[in-house]
Amino acid sequence: MMLHTLAVLVENNPGVLARVSGLFARRAYNIYSLTVCQTENPSLSLMTIVVEGDIQVIEQVTKQLHKLVVVHKVTNLTKEAVVDRELALIRVKVRTETRLEILQAVDIFRGRVVDMGKSNLTIELTGDEDKINAFVRTMRTYGIQELVRTGKIAIARSDN
Amino acid sequence: MGKSKEDIYIDPEITWEDVENLSLATCNGAKVLLDVMAGEGVKVIFGYPGGSLLTLYDALLDSPIKHILPRHEQTAVHAADAYARVSGKVGVCMATSGPGAANMVTGIANAYMDSVPLVIITGQVPTNLLGSDSFQEVDITGMTLPITKHSYLVKDAQEIPRIVKEAFHIAGTGRPGPVLIDLPKNVMAAEVIDPHPPKLSLKSYKFFSKGNSGQIEEAAKALAQSKKPVVYTGGGVITSGAGLILRKLIEKVNIPVVTTLMGIGSVPTKHPNLLGMVGMHGTITANLAVNDCDLLIAVGVRFDDRVTSGLKHKFATQAKVIHIDIDPAEIGKVVRTHIPIVGDAKLVLEELFQKVVPPKINEWWEQLREWKKQYPLCYEQDGHLNPQTILEAMGKIGGKSAIVATDVGQHQMWAAQFYPVNNGRQFITSAGLGTMGFGFPAAIGAQIAKRDSLVFLVTGDGSFQMSIQELATTVQYQLPIKIVLMNNGVLGMVRQLQKMFYNERFCEIQLHANPDFIKVAEAYGVKGIRVENPEQVDAALKEAIDYPGPVLIDCKISPDEIVLPMLPPGKAITEILGGRE
Repeated sequence: MMLHTLAVLVENNPGVLARVSGLFARRAYNIYSLTVCQTENPSLSLMTIVVEGDIQVIEQVTKQLHKLVVVHKVTNLTKEAVVDRELALIRVKVRTETRLEILQAVDIFRGRVVDMGKSNLTIELTGDEDKINAFVRTMRTYGIQELVRTGKIAIARSDN
Repeated sequence: MGKSKEDIYIDPEITWEDVENLSLATCNGAKVLLDVMAGEGVKVIFGYPGGSLLTLYDALLDSPIKHILPRHEQTAVHAADAYARVSGKVGVCMATSGPGAANMVTGIANAYMDSVPLVIITGQVPTNLLGSDSFQEVDITGMTLPITKHSYLVKDAQEIPRIVKEAFHIAGTGRPGPVLIDLPKNVMAAEVIDPHPPKLSLKSYKFFSKGNSGQIEEAAKALAQSKKPVVYTGGGVITSGAGLILRKLIEKVNIPVVTTLMGIGSVPTKHPNLLGMVGMHGTITANLAVNDCDLLIAVGVRFDDRVTSGLKHKFATQAKVIHIDIDPAEIGKVVRTHIPIVGDAKLVLEELFQKVVPPKINEWWEQLREWKKQYPLCYEQDGHLNPQTILEAMGKIGGKSAIVATDVGQHQMWAAQFYPVNNGRQFITSAGLGTMGFGFPAAIGAQIAKRDSLVFLVTGDGSFQMSIQELATTVQYQLPIKIVLMNNGVLGMVRQLQKMFYNERFCEIQLHANPDFIKVAEAYGVKGIRVENPEQVDAALKEAIDYPGPVLIDCKISPDEIVLPMLPPGKAITEILGGRE
């Protein structure tokens, strides 16, 4: 099974998310991650949906999405050259002995410390999925207290 | 008997001038709703009033649109559904919030499965109470999300003209379907400043009409080279009005046709090129032909599991598949398609007609004729009253223009097999959802759509009792429906399945306390005729048709009658049961 990233341009109205997520649920398509935001045009929203499935499933997902009256455009960003990013906020345990190691790791991964407690640090990290996974793995050795990730957003690279 | 002159249904005359005049004054949301609907050509609404629809029913008193009051919200939807199937127009129905709306759910699902254009109006609690579990509140747009083509919850009365116009456009174009408009009580009462609907502007709603010419060219080429072609037609042919061009096409190149249950009437039953219905209770010839063909031209069909037997990888395995459908999502959904053509069946077939040349398929025809001879649709005439005899007699007396509405069960399959249908929009049945109780309200909707046509209802004692209250509606509006009740005292189709696949372990299929249906009919003011042996059939039908009002013919048939042939689900064509000489 392959993961596909779909950029779905929808109307920015109440109930639209329910229509889209309901479609995935009742046709048994598996959503891996989903992010929604307003676009430059305030009447439209963009959903970045990462969905699991083979080519036939993705083709059906795309066609079924097109049938929703609220859906303007569906772009499969998987095959295209794209820039994709995710944002993670990670609260990790620190002790005096590990503080320096952790700060070095943050530096190497180009993260930022955004909050500090007596015995923990909160780190902000952006990047593609692999980089965040790698950083999360590194932090596990110190003890992750809390972790939130946004899910993927993606944009196609410009032609020129 | 409770009926009055006003109840007799005649299409109201609504002119554009009326509509213009009506809308000149500003008025409340309810009135605007009705005016815009009148402008969309609505003549009749099937509905059931209630608390949150009071403003709408008040406005209805001043509207030229007629209203029919079936005795249940579900039957109101079914009636509107059949009205749409028979007339080709968008059917309209309405019910109040909460239980009224929830009762419509099955009806909406039924229309959605069979791609029937409907606009459904539901009342809703006032906007300030929305989401507070208030009296008679349900989230009907949420509940119907998977079974509507689109839906609206109107929160601003100023949007009513636009929404109503859009709803009719969406329901009736492309692949048709039900569109629901949920109207809170206060929105209906609010004043609308501009009652005129704006120009349609639906940027995200598109549908194809003309097929890709290159693909149609490919299809014509494939047909020319084919040795064993079969055309497989469904409801899409009827919806798009492609029956005539389909007939011209199959006659020009002399190729065989099979139809789905929804496609009955797309080719006349007696057409020499028709091999019959395909699928679970289809003819053996039709099923063998599809199994054996080298080219399958699928038009307005969706490869339902009742056709493919749920075996998509064993279905027409040797065939190149041409799939013509207006819904791109149907193409490749179930089977692999070699030549997809997205477009309106009528337009595509018209273009294909210009391009096709007859293939050389004499051998194929010889094979098909042999199968036809070997495996005719037949039944044992054993002196008892057979359902098939009744249906054949109905076909004879009904002539070419009668409309048949069916319920769901054995009688439905017998009707599909043995009642000769001449045209599209004459065989009205719940195909995709298989809704028992659909038939009677469907006959009502059909009779309203075609006031002068002979309308038969073929029903069973199980299905009929799910909508038996509609006897009142037929009497109130003087709808001369001829009800043919196949009364075997059991839930026949379930009994058949238990008999064939559960070792005759019959469970909960006896309808022990069935009433005397003649007495029930008479209690409502409907004439009743009892038929107990085959000799009485013709006379009973004649008496029923000569009688000016609704008639119920109670036909006593044996519970041991079964529908054959039968292709069990998950089985290949070689395992078909029955139907051999």
